[in-house]
Amino acid sequence: MSDRLYPESEAALVAALRETAEPLQIMGGGTRPIGNIAPAQILSTSRLQGITLYEPGAMTLVAKSGTTIEEIETVLTAEKQRLAFEPMDHRAILRTSGHPTLGGVIAANVSGPRRIQVGAARDFALGVTFVDGTGQVLSNGGRVMKNVTGYDLVKLMSGSWGTLGVLTEVALKVLPIAETQATLNVHVATWADAVACMSAALGTPFDVSGAATVQAEDGGFDSLIRVEGFETSVQYRVTELTKRLAQFGAVDVVHDPWAEVKDLSAWAGLDTVWRISLRPTDSLKLIALMQELNQERGFHCQLDWGGGLIWLGLEAVQIADAQAGLALHHAVQALVAQLGGHATLLTSDLLRDQELRHFQPLGPAIERVSQTLREKFDPRGILNPGRMS
Amino acid sequence: MEMPQPNSEILSKKAKIAAALRAVLPYDAVIDDPSETRAYECDALTAYRCPPMIAVLPSTTQEVSDILKICHREGVPVVPRGSGTSLAGGALPTADCVILGVAKMNNVLETDYENRLIRVQSGRTNLSVSGAVEEEDFFYAPDPSSQLACAIAGNIAMNSGGAHCLKYGVTTNNLMGVTLVMMDGEIVEIGGGYLDAPGLDILGVICGSEGQLGVVTEATLRILPKPEGARPVMIAFDSNEVAGACVADIIKAGVLPVAIEFMDRPIIEICESFAKAGYPDCEALLIVEVEGSEAEIQDQLGRISVIAQKHNPVELRQSQSAAESAAIWLGRKSAFGAVGQVADYMCLDGTIPVSALPEVLRRIKELSEHYGLRVGNVFHAGDGNMHPLIMFNANKEGDLELCEAMGADVLRLCVEVGGCLTGEHGVGIEKRDLMEDQYTAEDLDIQMAVKDVFDPGWLLNPSKVFPLSVSQSRRAS
Repeated sequence: MSDRLYPESEAALVAALRETAEPLQIMGGGTRPIGNIAPAQILSTSRLQGITLYEPGAMTLVAKSGTTIEEIETVLTAEKQRLAFEPMDHRAILRTSGHPTLGGVIAANVSGPRRIQVGAARDFALGVTFVDGTGQVLSNGGRVMKNVTGYDLVKLMSGSWGTLGVLTEVALKVLPIAETQATLNVHVATWADAVACMSAALGTPFDVSGAATVQAEDGGFDSLIRVEGFETSVQYRVTELTKRLAQFGAVDVVHDPWAEVKDLSAWAGLDTVWRISLRPTDSLKLIALMQELNQERGFHCQLDWGGGLIWLGLEAVQIADAQAGLALHHAVQALVAQLGGHATLLTSDLLRDQELRHFQPLGPAIERVSQTLREKFDPRGILNPGRMS
Repeated sequence: MEMPQPNSEILSKKAKIAAALRAVLPYDAVIDDPSETRAYECDALTAYRCPPMIAVLPSTTQEVSDILKICHREGVPVVPRGSGTSLAGGALPTADCVILGVAKMNNVLETDYENRLIRVQSGRTNLSVSGAVEEEDFFYAPDPSSQLACAIAGNIAMNSGGAHCLKYGVTTNNLMGVTLVMMDGEIVEIGGGYLDAPGLDILGVICGSEGQLGVVTEATLRILPKPEGARPVMIAFDSNEVAGACVADIIKAGVLPVAIEFMDRPIIEICESFAKAGYPDCEALLIVEVEGSEAEIQDQLGRISVIAQKHNPVELRQSQSAAESAAIWLGRKSAFGAVGQVADYMCLDGTIPVSALPEVLRRIKELSEHYGLRVGNVFHAGDGNMHPLIMFNANKEGDLELCEAMGADVLRLCVEVGGCLTGEHGVGIEKRDLMEDQYTAEDLDIQMAVKDVFDPGWLLNPSKVFPLSVSQSRRAS
């Protein structure tokens, strides 16, 4: 066998899984090499291509797992619809090439800034077909908006990083593209003001669809607040939000910054990046920890989801050595464990060869349940073994 | 509806089990007198009844854990119960079971407006969750019709929806975390005040698992700021097909109302004579609700009117006042009660692709004629979640069976056109035996394998969701 398998049909994928005796690395477009990746033969879904159904009037799209996000977005845009959870493109910060696929987005539950308003990738997945570790083709969910028929394995498959099965087809809910958007930039002095500002915005009835904060060049912070909808409505909400957020700092309307916020394209040169999910106000505790541990060398930070999603980044010069990097990693995961949440090491050249948990370690009961679930779906342990550790 | 034979060995241990439960619970939290257990003999699917062996009403997570440990040790089946409003028989007891009711567990544990969440005990009713955050102008979005009575525990078990989920999603999209007690009594925290799972999305599979994986005692729920205002428009058509086409056009135009409700002629007539909502004489009626500021509401309703006018509506009436809005909704919200005044009925909730609406309505009408049973349709059209109400006479011999047979045909029709058996009520016992029409044996087996992980002895709500013949070997083990 070659070192890569590219089945072109579900049947070929089934055959490949049945024939293999060794673990496989399951891959879509290969743009998200996150987690603990053991060297193994690659099984790629990238040739399982094609949109099998698209009904704009029903807001439903079904496609094979290897269909590129680019193709899906092109087709949706023609009907003025979109993937509302705006999946992040990881290629910049992970320095990968290739094309992100639908299967990859669902397997990694990849969302973007609008997650705070409309939900995550997992909330838009209506149905899945996948092949489990024994080569069985299984389906769950369907193509309709509401479905409580049996257990929701669509959620379980979303974000399971190919460890439970190899996705072959996904049905998605799609939404209309808003007529227009506007983004306010509230220039605040501290991280605490930023979190308070985003909280205040999200606590208004103005349907905020993005609330992120980036470090500004002058040492302050830009809290970005997005509203979307019909022109008159957007104008109205911009006016109302401006009034209410002025207490936090100077407010401007800025050009659409969300592609950069979503993809962290400005962080392409960083050595190490963590992605952390916390209760939004707890983000300040994590920032305080970083300030304490890495004060002299500094660090990069971006908040999204009103503060609930924290991106931490380090340039190579901001870490003394692998030992120091490892200590930071453990300190971050320890604080996050204590607060409730999760921290994932997305990428790190410096820590590449270190033994560590890329994903947040789980409590003993959830760990046991997760392992037992994997044994049921993949009794031979051949699907991305250890990937989520 | 077949239920497994009660286990005589368990029944013979009733006194011992009750005594063990009384050792860990206040005396009045254990109900074992047959005259009192009768109160738990059914849920809102009243056609099926069976008093449980014992009912328990714990007040804390620890008490739930203690109860489950005892039942686990003694091999007693446990049927969790929220408020007993399931339309699918989700809380129907067996004669040898312990009913675990969470009704006493109704406290608010934490409200956090800054982070837009609330943590409650799971016995709290849906509407009172919104009630707890109302003074700060927040609300909890999922709004099942039974929201005055139904408990969050049941909402999580069934992944309940409601009229407004077109915009806000269903329970699973608004649930951030739970405290789950496993069948062996272990207490587990899943999720919390943060978004998305650290590992496998266990929370996602707990939600909608019909009380078969564990007992949810506490829940962290997302709360949202209330919109500034909301208003419906009522649009009447002279055919179901045209109304269906109008729904698709509204969605395609990029207007995303918070609700699009659909009623057909039988329901319009019954509701009108019951609620006097001022509904016009027509074949199909849409109630479309939008939210926002006054200007935003006017703007959206204007766009919807333009779309609707292209379909030559019989009447289009924008609500001009709060009273008029209330009247428009009153008819819709009293639909089930109004039908209940004129007949016994069975409420189905199959979901179909919106595009299949005209075909499905036509074929339901044919089935209605074939079975000689009247059917009314009232449903959430935006997401294709049908609610055919099949009317029958419970006092007429054979009518219930006829109604069940017709209901099964309607649900098979939903599956045939690409939909599913249940959109928001759950499988319970009601749709249990139709699961093989939607799923292959392998698809069902992997779902049952998930239950094996959480509840290897199949003691939690064991006779639901999966056809008895399919789950037989697992339940017997």
